[in-house]
Amino acid sequence: MSRVASRKDRVPRGSVKGPGMMLSKGLKRKREEEEEEGKEALAVDTWWLDPGHPAVAQAPPAVASSSLFDLSVLKLHHSLRQSEPDLRHLVLVVNTLRRIQASMAPTAALPPVPSPPTAPGIADNLLASSDAALSASMASLLEDLSHIEGLSQAPQPLVDEGPPGRPTGGAPPSLGALDLLGPATGCLLDDGLEGLFEDIDTSMYDSELWAPASEGHKSSPEDGPGKEEAPELDEAELDYLMDVLVGTQALERPSGPGR
Amino acid sequence: MTTFRKHSSSSFNFAVNFSLVADVISTVEFSHSGDLLATGDKGGRVVIFQREQENKSRPHSRGEYNVYSTFQSHEPEFDYLKSLEIEEKINKIRWLPQQGAARFLLSTNDKTIKLWKISERDKRAEGYNLKDEDGRLRDPLRITALRVPILKPMDLMVEASPRRVFANAHTYHINSISVNSDHETYLSADDLRINLWHLEITDRSFNIVDIKPANMEELTEVITAAEFHPHQCNVLVYSSSKGTIRLCDMRSSALCDRHSKFFEEPEDPSSRSFFSEIISSVSDVKFSHSGRYMMTRDYLSVKVWDLNMESRPVETHQVHEYLRSKLCSLYENDCIFDKFECCWNGSDSAIMTGSYNNFFRMFDRTTWRDVTLEASRENSKPRASLKPRRVCAGGKRKKDEVSVDSLDFSKKILHTAWHPVENIIAVAATNNLYIFQDKAN
Repeated sequence: MSRVASRKDRVPRGSVKGPGMMLSKGLKRKREEEEEEGKEALAVDTWWLDPGHPAVAQAPPAVASSSLFDLSVLKLHHSLRQSEPDLRHLVLVVNTLRRIQASMAPTAALPPVPSPPTAPGIADNLLASSDAALSASMASLLEDLSHIEGLSQAPQPLVDEGPPGRPTGGAPPSLGALDLLGPATGCLLDDGLEGLFEDIDTSMYDSELWAPASEGHKSSPEDGPGKEEAPELDEAELDYLMDVLVGTQALERPSGPGR
Repeated sequence: MTTFRKHSSSSFNFAVNFSLVADVISTVEFSHSGDLLATGDKGGRVVIFQREQENKSRPHSRGEYNVYSTFQSHEPEFDYLKSLEIEEKINKIRWLPQQGAARFLLSTNDKTIKLWKISERDKRAEGYNLKDEDGRLRDPLRITALRVPILKPMDLMVEASPRRVFANAHTYHINSISVNSDHETYLSADDLRINLWHLEITDRSFNIVDIKPANMEELTEVITAAEFHPHQCNVLVYSSSKGTIRLCDMRSSALCDRHSKFFEEPEDPSSRSFFSEIISSVSDVKFSHSGRYMMTRDYLSVKVWDLNMESRPVETHQVHEYLRSKLCSLYENDCIFDKFECCWNGSDSAIMTGSYNNFFRMFDRTTWRDVTLEASRENSKPRASLKPRRVCAGGKRKKDEVSVDSLDFSKKILHTAWHPVENIIAVAATNNLYIFQDKAN
């Protein structure tokens, strides 16, 4: 009489000790809620394969893919928040995310990543690299992704990490260069340019130096008018800013030290 | 002229000496003769080890490596325009071929390459006319006679001085440097560009490869490693995050955006997954000493390519195939992005690469045998043989086997180096440097 294999026998090797065993002993899991999803994921050791793969028939791809999708989006956010993202990591995560996105909604046309309306000349003239443009493209990709169901609870890509009450979503990367103009932005504010610069993040001049969440590259001025959390610089102000920086327009106050 | 050594019958029978380096080691490289071994670390420091001369009176210390020179190569910098800190971590060290008494090496961090001269001083001059022994200037009116300074022996002092600084040529992070066989030029590669430098000229470089798209939104691929051919000074290769390798010939055009050869192995449809691209990303590419082959390292394997065949590698060696079913967890903890290096032995008959749990793997290309060894202090008594390790991928674990689930993924061996001639290997395990030698010598 052959013994019918019981469900117990099919418990995969990987799930015996729990989800933490794959990780090195010293590392903590990033989020508690991921642990639950991780448990499910590891229990079925083929779920991460493309839906086309025959083995996936056993697995619930929609549920599993969603957790992998969320994980990838988190990684993308984390990567973009770095002051200087690791380009290889970023590119690999984005490509993986696109692959997952394609498998999750194979019938829906992938929204084409729109070219963000670039602030005139600023990105080109002030930045040695196109990091701002890259961030802008990633931001618009994330915007598209945010329309996909299940992502509504994920943080908006450009939420500020600086001091509370100081939204930096609209701060253009060029403001990094403005730091060169003077030691205290307070001086510039006094002369009626306040409205223009009110969303400069002056955390650099606050007590903690080298705040890693510098606003330099993770936000873009090209966000559509639909975004509510950040006051926008309109094109006229950006033009003015641009002129100030290239020197065609003199500042309204005499040059101070550090200019 | 390389000496071809036959492996002992049991292969890879190694004794050990090891050193503790203060910071996490980020690169390891033997000099061309193998008498010097350079390490770079996360703190921007370079430590050079020298092999002791064989000494009949001290037979046990034959061939041990001891610290020869230590210097600070790179300091942390701040890029004011972008408000970014530039890490001082040494990404790569490459030795120049020796031409005189002094030794030269190139070391690089993310943005700046430096040429260092390492020279010995074992004599000093005494009896100067214009200054006394303390170095203070003598009163010229008091000098009544001239004398000839004489050279006196002193304790050996090794000095490192920066001779060239090659800066401001890379927008992205430098991942590779490679000295050309002409001994006059070298290349440096970042994520999107490769530049050609002349060793004497620091204020300009030539861009020879540029894969930056006009619109950064279209960026899907980055350069991961690059190297010059060991003999043909016009040939270089570079690998990508998509698992492809391009061979370029600088004679065909000034800008090598169009490759001469394109190496890519077609994807195996049965093992396709969301992580296929990430695990195919090439983390290291190395020409064989002969120049006929090149080796690439991706996440799970090492591949040997014949330069004359672009369609697929001639050999594929599995490093840790048991990780294939764990890719999701490794993606989650970012280990899947780890960049392992690989190296050839002097005769190109064996290759070596690192893994997790302080394991490293060696593959004998002639016998097709492979072995897993461990670099750890508990398991390495000086002059004791290393015991081969085995990983149990599933099922019943045998005695002495390590189960996949108990591997320590924080103990990764990313950097290894093989002596250019002898069976001596250097293995960097976080901040420990291990040097193993074949006892069969």
